[in-house]
Amino acid sequence: MRELSLHILDIAENGITAGADCIHILVEEARTTDRLIIKITDNGQGMPTEKIKKLTAPFVSSLTTRRVGLGLALLAAAAERCDGRLTVKTGTGTGTEVGATFRYNHIDRAPMGDMASTITTLIIGNPQIDFVYTHIIDGEEFTLDTRELKAEMGNLSLTKPVVIYHLTASIRNSLGKLIAKNGQ
Amino acid sequence: MAKLSLEDLKKIKEQTAKNTYLRDGDANVKITVHMGTCGIAAGAREVMNALMEEMAAADRQDIRVVASGCRGMCNSEPNVTVEILDGETTVYQHMDADKMRQVFKRHALLGEVQTDFALAKR
Repeated sequence: MRELSLHILDIAENGITAGADCIHILVEEARTTDRLIIKITDNGQGMPTEKIKKLTAPFVSSLTTRRVGLGLALLAAAAERCDGRLTVKTGTGTGTEVGATFRYNHIDRAPMGDMASTITTLIIGNPQIDFVYTHIIDGEEFTLDTRELKAEMGNLSLTKPVVIYHLTASIRNSLGKLIAKNGQ
Repeated sequence: MAKLSLEDLKKIKEQTAKNTYLRDGDANVKITVHMGTCGIAAGAREVMNALMEEMAAADRQDIRVVASGCRGMCNSEPNVTVEILDGETTVYQHMDADKMRQVFKRHALLGEVQTDFALAKR
């Protein structure tokens, strides 16, 4: 994947397939300590623990509709080539937490990419699911909680294209401010 | 802690209030963007972004957009499926933002199947 934000979109879609109704996405960029952490937590059905060992082997999938899966293997490879690692905490019925760490300044680290598009793409495609997105850059935090947004918008659906359009611009703007605040 | 500010939300609400319908009509057209690992890696997110921009511009209440997973034809991703109510279902292959705009304008809005990009129909 060309961007880390695409990995995030992919892993979040896994959670949705696993029957989650709320997905937490955390991105923490700690430039001073040279770490980048990504964590995606879902409350779906989880996976049986004996599967974990095989999870990052390419072509393993917990789905029964097809027999191969690449998503976690790709993320694991992306993390490991940047002196980081992939962690998966899961169990049947307990949801799944996927964490990936990276050395922030590693030459092989893919750019974060367009997080705003990732979040709004998730919202458009999955209106019935809630997303909590937290992005921390050097201690400064931005959060977006679709449960709050839905309450605030009343009968105006979040998935209306015009709303999505403005939402994307708004997230981009907020993240831009976070980056600018800490001077890149 | 920064949040998506209430001001932003109010702005969005005002800007969209003028073209809001209280009740969504039934969907006559359903557009599915396939977003498995394969689709995402091949550019499905950009396809979805383009589709959203076109949707915002067209302001048609009877077109529904959904995301789905991999459909097992990874080599032809990004795939987009256009279903017309009581009509044909067309699967498009190797989509990008521009092709998506064309399919939306010609097929979803005008009903002309874009056979150049089509993979299959049923």
